[in-house]
Amino acid sequence: MAVLVDNDTRLAVAGITGREGSFHALNNRRYGTNLVGGVTPGKGGQDVEGVPVFDSWADAMQATQPNTAMIFVPPRFAADSILEAAAAGVSLIIAITEGIPAHDELRVYNTLKRDHPGTRLVGPNCPGILSPGKASVGIIPASFFTPGNVGVVSRSGTLTYQIGNEIAQAGFGCSSIVGIGGDPVPGSSFVDILELFQADEETELIVLSGEIGGSAEEEAAEYIAESVTKPVVAYIAGFTAPPGKQMGHAGAIVSGSAGTAAAKARALEAKGVRVGRTPTEVAEIAVQMLGASSSSPVR
Amino acid sequence: MDLLEYQGKQLFARHGLDVSAGKAVTSVEEAVVAAEQVGYPVVVKAQVLIGGRGKAGGVKLAANPEETREHAGKILGLDIRGHIVHKLWIEHASDIATEYYASVLLDRSAKQPLVIFSTEGGVEIEQIAEESPEKLVRHHVDSLKGLSRQEALQIAIDGGADDDVREGVADALVALYEVWDKEDATLAEINPLIVTPERQVKALDAKVSLDGNALFRHPENQDLSDTENEDPIERKAKEQGVQYVKLDGNIGILGNGAGLVMSTLDVVAQAGGQPANFLDAGGGSDAEKVKQAVELILANDAVKAVLFNIFGGITRCDEVAKGLIAAFGEIKPAVPFVVRLDGTNDVQGRTLLEEAKLPNVHSASTMNEAAEKVVELAKQTEGAGA
Repeated sequence: MAVLVDNDTRLAVAGITGREGSFHALNNRRYGTNLVGGVTPGKGGQDVEGVPVFDSWADAMQATQPNTAMIFVPPRFAADSILEAAAAGVSLIIAITEGIPAHDELRVYNTLKRDHPGTRLVGPNCPGILSPGKASVGIIPASFFTPGNVGVVSRSGTLTYQIGNEIAQAGFGCSSIVGIGGDPVPGSSFVDILELFQADEETELIVLSGEIGGSAEEEAAEYIAESVTKPVVAYIAGFTAPPGKQMGHAGAIVSGSAGTAAAKARALEAKGVRVGRTPTEVAEIAVQMLGASSSSPVR
Repeated sequence: MDLLEYQGKQLFARHGLDVSAGKAVTSVEEAVVAAEQVGYPVVVKAQVLIGGRGKAGGVKLAANPEETREHAGKILGLDIRGHIVHKLWIEHASDIATEYYASVLLDRSAKQPLVIFSTEGGVEIEQIAEESPEKLVRHHVDSLKGLSRQEALQIAIDGGADDDVREGVADALVALYEVWDKEDATLAEINPLIVTPERQVKALDAKVSLDGNALFRHPENQDLSDTENEDPIERKAKEQGVQYVKLDGNIGILGNGAGLVMSTLDVVAQAGGQPANFLDAGGGSDAEKVKQAVELILANDAVKAVLFNIFGGITRCDEVAKGLIAAFGEIKPAVPFVVRLDGTNDVQGRTLLEEAKLPNVHSASTMNEAAEKVVELAKQTEGAGA
C-alpha cells in the first residue's frame, strides 16, 4: 500500500504538449506510472511520444478513463482545467502550476466542496506525489527515494527532498511523499493527508514538514492529538524569516500568533509531536524512532 | 502587493465607497495648489506603507496656504520608521462624529472571505480585538455567492452601528466586499470608517493588498504600490523574476525553493551567523540566472561570505556550477563562497567546480557543515576588515 498514487493510478496530464508538461509527464511514465492521456484544447488527435492528446477532460475520460489528473497548464487557465477534470469525473487532481491567483484557488476549493465532494485536489503549487517503487505524479526527483515505511507530507518541495534524502541515506525508505504546496488555499491540508497515512498499513512513521504563515500546522497538531496513533516527527522552516510586510491589522487579528515558526513548533510540541530543529535532526529523530519500533530497517 | 492610502482610496471610489476629495502630490508647490483645489481645511497626509503615521508627525491639518506649505515641507522627506515620505495626499478635512472599523480579508483557515466590523474604530483596533473580541463582528461570506445587501445590513446591526447609519454602513460593506472581490485583493481595510455630523459614512483611510498573481486581470493596477521606497536590490530582483528579500546580516544566501532557503537561513542562524538575504533561485535555474543571482547577492556591501545551498530537483547542479563559474569569470568576487550541491546531476556539478579551481570557493557535503563553514569564513573576512 501507499497513499493516493500507486500501481492502480491511471494518469492524464493537462498541458502535456508544453515543454515542462511533456518533460515531467514522460518522466513519470519512465518511472512506471501508467500515463494514459493528455489534455490540450485545440490539440486533440495529436500524440506526445505515443500518449494520446484530447481537446477536453470529457474526451480524455471517455477514451482513457483516467483516475488521476496532473495540472501543468499556465496559472490563468489552471482553475478551469481543475474544475473541468472534476466535472469529467477524475477523483484525484494534482496541480503543479505555480502562481494561480488566490481568488481562483478559493473558487476552486469551494466549488469542489459544493459540487464534487468526492474529488480530492492536492496542490496547487506543489511538487506532486511519489510512492517509491509504484508511481510518481509530479516533479519529485524519484531517484533519491526508496520504498519503505515513512510517510512524508510537506508544504515545500526542495525541503522534502532534503529530509527524504537524509532518511534514505540512513537506510530507510518512504511509503509515499505528498507535497501539499505552499499556497494560501491548498486543496488538501496536512490534516487530510495525515488521515490517509494513519489508515495506510505500510506507513509506520509520519514526517510533517511545515513553514511559516497560515495555521495549517496548528490544526495538524490538534488532529494528531485526537486521531493519529502513529509517531509523527515535524520540521518547521522560517524561524529567522523576518515578519512579512504585514499590512493593516486584519491579518494579525485572524491569525493571532501571526503564523510564526516558533508558535507552530510550540503548538506541535504541546501535543507531543517531536520537532527537529534542522532537516538533519528530523531525519535523526525519525530513524531513531523507527529503529526502536521495528527490528530491521526496511529498504 | 501593498497599496498606498491614496491608491487604495482610488480603488474604493471606483467601487462606490464614499471618500473625500483629494490629490496626490510630490512637492510643496503642488501641495499648495492641490489644497486650493480640494478646498480648506485640508489634511496633509504622508503616503508610506507603515502604520502610526499620525504619531510620527506625518498627518497634519492645514487651514490656509501658509500652514499647507509648512506641513508639506516638514512631512516630505520625513523618515517614518525606515520609510521615506516621497508623496503626500492632500484631502479635504472631514468632521468626525464616530469612528468605526471594517475589513474584508481571505481567511486561510476557513477558506472563505471574512468580513470584520466594529463600532470601536480608530488606531487601537488590534488591542480591542485582543482585549474585548466581542466588540468585533466576524462574518464568513460564501465566496461563490458574494456578500448580499441583507447580510451586510445584519453585520451592521450585530455590530451595533447607530440606527440612522445602518443602511450607510451596509452600503459601505457591500462596496468594500466588491473591492476585495473585483480587484483580486487579499485585504481591504478601512480604519477608521467615519460617520460625519451629517450622518454620512465615509472611508477616512485605506489599506489594500492586491494579489500579485492576479495582476494579469488588472493591467490598470500594474504600477501601483510604493516603488520609491523599494530596496534597489529587491526591485532589480523583481525585474529579473527572482525572489530576494534583504536582511540585516552579512552572509549571502542562495538556495532553490522557498522552504529550503528558509531552512538554510535557520541553520545558518543556529550556527551563529546572520543571513544578509533570502534568495530563492527557483526551480529549473540555468547558468545565466545563477550568475544574475550572484550579482544581486554581492550588490549588498554588507555581505562577507556567501552560501550556495542547492538540492536539485528540477534544478540541475551542473547548471548551478556553470553559473557560478561564469559569475566568477565576470565579477571576481572578493568574498569566500561555500557551495553545497546535492540532487540532480550533483556529481557533474561538483566535478565542474573542482576542475574550475575557483579562488576562495569551498565545498561542503551537508547543509549543517556548509552553514558552519560559511559562518566561520564570514567571521574571518569581517575580522580581516575586508
